[in-house]
Amino acid sequence: MNVMPGYVREEGMSEQSTSLLSVTDKKRLLREMLYARRFEERCYEAYVERKIGGFLHLYSGQEACAHGVLEAARPGFDYVITGYRDHIHAIKCGADPREVMAELYGKETGSSRGRGGSMHIFDVKHRFMGGYALVGGPFPLAAGIAKGIKMKGGEEISICFLGDAANNQGTFHESLNMAKIWNLPVLYVCENNLYGIGTRIDRSTAVLEQYKRAAAYDIPAGQADGQDVEAVYAAAVQAVEHVRSGNGPYFLELKTYRYRGHSMSDSNAYRSKDEEREWLKRDPIQILRNRLIDANALTLDEFKAMDREILDQIENDVVKFAEESPEPAVEDLEKYVLAENDPYVHGGRQ
Amino acid sequence: MGHIEPVTPRPELKMWEALNLALDRAMAEDDAVFILGEDVGLYGGSYRVTQGLYAKYGEWRVRDAPISENSFTGLGVGAALVGGRPVIEIMTVNFAYLALDAIINMAAKIRYMSGGQFRVPLVVRMPGGVARQLAAQHSQRIEHALLNVPGLRIVCPATPQDAYWQLRQAIHEDDPIIFMEHELLYFDSGPFDPGAAPPPLHSGRILRDGKDVTLVAWSRMSRLALTAAEELGEEGIEAEVIDLRSLRPLDLPLLLESLRRTHRVLVVEEDCLFGGAGAEIAATLGERGFYELETPVGRLAGADVPTPYNDRLEAESIPQVSTIKARIRDLLKA
Repeated sequence: MNVMPGYVREEGMSEQSTSLLSVTDKKRLLREMLYARRFEERCYEAYVERKIGGFLHLYSGQEACAHGVLEAARPGFDYVITGYRDHIHAIKCGADPREVMAELYGKETGSSRGRGGSMHIFDVKHRFMGGYALVGGPFPLAAGIAKGIKMKGGEEISICFLGDAANNQGTFHESLNMAKIWNLPVLYVCENNLYGIGTRIDRSTAVLEQYKRAAAYDIPAGQADGQDVEAVYAAAVQAVEHVRSGNGPYFLELKTYRYRGHSMSDSNAYRSKDEEREWLKRDPIQILRNRLIDANALTLDEFKAMDREILDQIENDVVKFAEESPEPAVEDLEKYVLAENDPYVHGGRQ
Repeated sequence: MGHIEPVTPRPELKMWEALNLALDRAMAEDDAVFILGEDVGLYGGSYRVTQGLYAKYGEWRVRDAPISENSFTGLGVGAALVGGRPVIEIMTVNFAYLALDAIINMAAKIRYMSGGQFRVPLVVRMPGGVARQLAAQHSQRIEHALLNVPGLRIVCPATPQDAYWQLRQAIHEDDPIIFMEHELLYFDSGPFDPGAAPPPLHSGRILRDGKDVTLVAWSRMSRLALTAAEELGEEGIEAEVIDLRSLRPLDLPLLLESLRRTHRVLVVEEDCLFGGAGAEIAATLGERGFYELETPVGRLAGADVPTPYNDRLEAESIPQVSTIKARIRDLLKA
């Protein structure tokens, strides 16, 4: 199987005009994606320093996916749910990066008050419905959110981001089936980064083009180059419009690549350095940056200044906040287990 | 299907009728309440519990699900996160094993993992128990599998009145609640008063006072325990009978209070002996009531075998009135 970036030009790929976004929007997206990259790389450092524990799954390389799709949706209004590679989706929905970092540090000021960690960012204020650590777990939850929306008659849609390997879970098939028969307003976004941990897609999956699998449930589907945020945006505009107009579910496959291992405990020994180098040439941030420079909308100096400003903000605001925040109180161990509105609930403790 | 109506209250109701009435009233009061499960709609529910509700509330609120237990339960979790109050029907507890990811990994943990940001007001109803010759994959109890999951509450009514009260209360709560029903109790009748004030959802109840021994049971076993106690009364043995009504949380104050009166306890459970609720109850009473106990807490439970098809073997695999009486006599000799 050809896993080099060139393979992404498959039939069915959206061939949208890439001029839908204004220059101002593109520069903002460039900044957001660069911020995401620097945020994740700083997490890597903090993990190596043992400031962050547990499992840590980084998004570097895949930035155009979350940013392109959510740019076409209404972050904070639409409901978003994803797997364990969740920091950037939460931030793009509106979560405060300081709270996300504090969560990774296990602090009381974290978005989940230190109870969730990297894999379980939640932000009810911005309708970020959580990161979940069971592969394929969010498929049915996203359908349920969509059913809840439809019963209340709202204009929101439910957006579910998962990886390609999740599509081999039963929940993929069960949930797409229900989403279709009940015409639910849910957009399933498949970030196809070619690997389920260390198993390449052609070793695990009979149908390589993931968007084709939606046809089994008669769900319209599209495919876009997940390294090009403008292509993602263009495909997502169509997808979001389809779902928000009451036409039922839609499935969007984005072809992408993660630069880091599956998690921090990953040696990356299952793929070649050549392959990694080839994908680095199609870096989503560089693609957009170069396009803006070529269009005389940005200079390299401006980009570098933007980068410096982001690094400064992450270090002196985000990381500082996480470092200086308090740990959860040990006596609060059992807080948040139950809704605490029944007199017998706490009767059992000695 | 429009000709079948939901149940109306009468001074005596069957268990399924009481559950049906509870669902009807909960749905009438709150648009957020909806039902999801296999054959709950047009078919009317495998044990008639959802009869008439599809015609009354429509397919969005009484939803026939495909045979996809894990995902339709997960769908309920998702709807609960955005303000829905789903009542999931798992056709029988046996199929609940397919939904344990949604129940344990999702419903039970989201409130905690999110630092209290999200509540999951979800009721999962599941008929179970050893019924009549349904064999190993259609006849079992699964309390043991859900009992030690923080974030879940488990209730197990044994009478129509409790079924009505506890289902109304469970739908009102903001936590995921496992609602265990017994397949052999659905067509049993009992007194019913829709206006009576219910006790707290998780409180136990003393069914019969006694001074010699406390029988602790729940669901169908509480009916058998009561019959055994009444028969022993004719022999001069006065057994107190407690219907727990709830397994998590446990009404420990009630158990300890009874223990202080009788000094002997026998747990009667239908689930298998090893690692079951009876083990938890016996261990806790041993820890907290040791000096009140005349003899170790006894456990009479299901045999540690998959439920057999043959009816004589099946009867042998779970407690019966006769075996309960025999164990009580033994316990009093000790």
